[in-house]
Amino acid sequence: MSAITTTALVKEYPGGVRGVDGIDVTIEDGEFFALLGPSGCGKTTLLRSIAGLEAITEGTLHIGERDVTNAQPGERGVAMVFQDYALFPHMDVGDNIAYPLKIRKVGRTERRKTATGIANGLSLDGLIERRPGQLSGGQQQRVALARAVATRPEVLLLDEPLSNLDARLRLEARTFLKELQRDLGVTTVFVTHDQAEALALADRIAVMKSGKLQQLGTPREVFGRPLNTFVAGFIGSTPMNLVTTTVADGGVRVGTATVPLPATAEGKVADGAAVVWGARPEYLRWSREPVDGGIPAEVSVTENLGASVLVSAHSGDVRLQLVLGEDDEPSPGDTGWVVATARRSLLFDAATTELIG
Amino acid sequence: MLSADPPRGVRRPRKRTDDVAGLGHARAGLFVAPALAIVGLFLVFPAVWTLYLGMTNYRLTGLAAAEPEFVGIDNFTQALGDDAFWSSLGLTLVFVLLSGVIGQTLLGFSVAWALRHVTGWVKTLIETLVLAAWVIPASVASFLWLALLDRRNGTLNELLGTDGMAWLIEYPMASIIVFNIWVGTAFSMLLFSSALAAVPPSQMESARMVGATSWQQLRDVVVPNIKGHILTNTLLITLWTFNTFTPYLLTAGGPRGESEILAVYIYRTAIPGGQLGMGAAISLIMLVINLVIALGYLRVARGTGTKS
Repeated sequence: MSAITTTALVKEYPGGVRGVDGIDVTIEDGEFFALLGPSGCGKTTLLRSIAGLEAITEGTLHIGERDVTNAQPGERGVAMVFQDYALFPHMDVGDNIAYPLKIRKVGRTERRKTATGIANGLSLDGLIERRPGQLSGGQQQRVALARAVATRPEVLLLDEPLSNLDARLRLEARTFLKELQRDLGVTTVFVTHDQAEALALADRIAVMKSGKLQQLGTPREVFGRPLNTFVAGFIGSTPMNLVTTTVADGGVRVGTATVPLPATAEGKVADGAAVVWGARPEYLRWSREPVDGGIPAEVSVTENLGASVLVSAHSGDVRLQLVLGEDDEPSPGDTGWVVATARRSLLFDAATTELIG
Repeated sequence: MLSADPPRGVRRPRKRTDDVAGLGHARAGLFVAPALAIVGLFLVFPAVWTLYLGMTNYRLTGLAAAEPEFVGIDNFTQALGDDAFWSSLGLTLVFVLLSGVIGQTLLGFSVAWALRHVTGWVKTLIETLVLAAWVIPASVASFLWLALLDRRNGTLNELLGTDGMAWLIEYPMASIIVFNIWVGTAFSMLLFSSALAAVPPSQMESARMVGATSWQQLRDVVVPNIKGHILTNTLLITLWTFNTFTPYLLTAGGPRGESEILAVYIYRTAIPGGQLGMGAAISLIMLVINLVIALGYLRVARGTGTKS
């Protein structure tokens, strides 16, 4: 088990495009770490650089105490599960799982025994003789995981581990993955474009955009205190309300009202400053009575989310979205007040997009 | 509920036919008739005609040319009892094995494997050069090779400083084998290029991740993935090489029959030798050998259960 440290890591493609542009990250020993970002942000390139499948252009990569910047993929103590699982269709499950052992010249009976043991541990009992084509998506994934852990790697890399599964199986596999990672205690890095997946699985998340690190933190930090408007907009199943506005009268102008400054931003901004006010839909309330600091608004659309309702309301030309419990939902056309808690709202600099408080 | 009877006023659907296209046998037959006629005219008829000729003493000139006599299986027994036939068949097998199955397949695969990460003008250049050997008409290609291997002032002798070496006479088989590899490598290269492109990169990378060497990746990932392509390629190359006549343009089967592969042997029997009936009989034997080879490959292909 080992930590992974990247120092000013750069992966430049021919033509000068930088897939990874100066990343400094330390992934702790035994951590479950997510690389999150939209497609093309460099997260997969970073993962493949750690794997050794992409040559690193600049900077260094350490796994444990070892400098593996230029080491071959097979010499890094790293195992990887690919998005499509990359099982060998011509080998049965047992041979697939034991393939790394075959490369290490372990004898056939020994290989078979180890494979069976690992397979049983991953609830693949009785499937040893099957071909990958005869397995369900979830079983295929577990075979790929079994193959990856067969050599007891120091680091486990997962490329979009849940994206090839259907929605229901995905939840099941998510819990399974988290349990497996906890049991093995192996340093695990996974790539995902799905913020919910990252929040649910990871101990820490690195949010990336254009090859650069945007924020590194626990799911709670990334969700609650995004460091810039990109992270704020990217994280969360319903995007954060981001209103470009100005500071006035010791508060922030939102729609037709002035709301109090977020608690953490007090004293950091002057009147007239151009800012972006942000509040998560989950943290907004709806009031039918006037409230001090409330934003008068008219409901335009409501969308049912099951146990909650996503309400869109307009105040002047500003649209705000709220997630409300199913009991006190307003109807389209209703008027009332949107109430933000100062503790749960954020202020970003409109020019730099960075968090003020 | 669905009703079995269509409501009144709705046109009854046409009577269902049992074929997939729903055409009915008569019309379907009409559509394939032209193709069948062409196949019959240009494939079945010549084969049957060859069978007939093979059982006559038909000759190019003389009495038997005007009124060939039916001689039954005499030609076949005579051919199978002739040492010249067996030595020619032996040469053909060596030729097929070395120039086709081993030479073209290995070289074609190697070029495709070497070029799989090469892009841009280098790839285009090499592919063009290899393809050129394939698309140049055989008569032109053989002329180029005659110039290359010529005893006096031949390009090869100039390069090696071995002036006066008559390659086509000293090493006739080696010469036509190398020539045929040169001609035919392009096909294998193209076929394997596309086959290699279809091998999932993630499988190769999975093997790399566990430390597999290039050789192990080739053995464990690439070859199993392109097994179908290898079989198809080998089948086609075997048949083409078995039937090729172009080496005649280089060595004319000589010296003393040392490079007389079967196609050349038939030609020399039938045309310069004038024994058309005998030539037809050997042709038919050759056809049967081809069929056996093809069936053998198909059996193997089915046995491995591979796609493509």
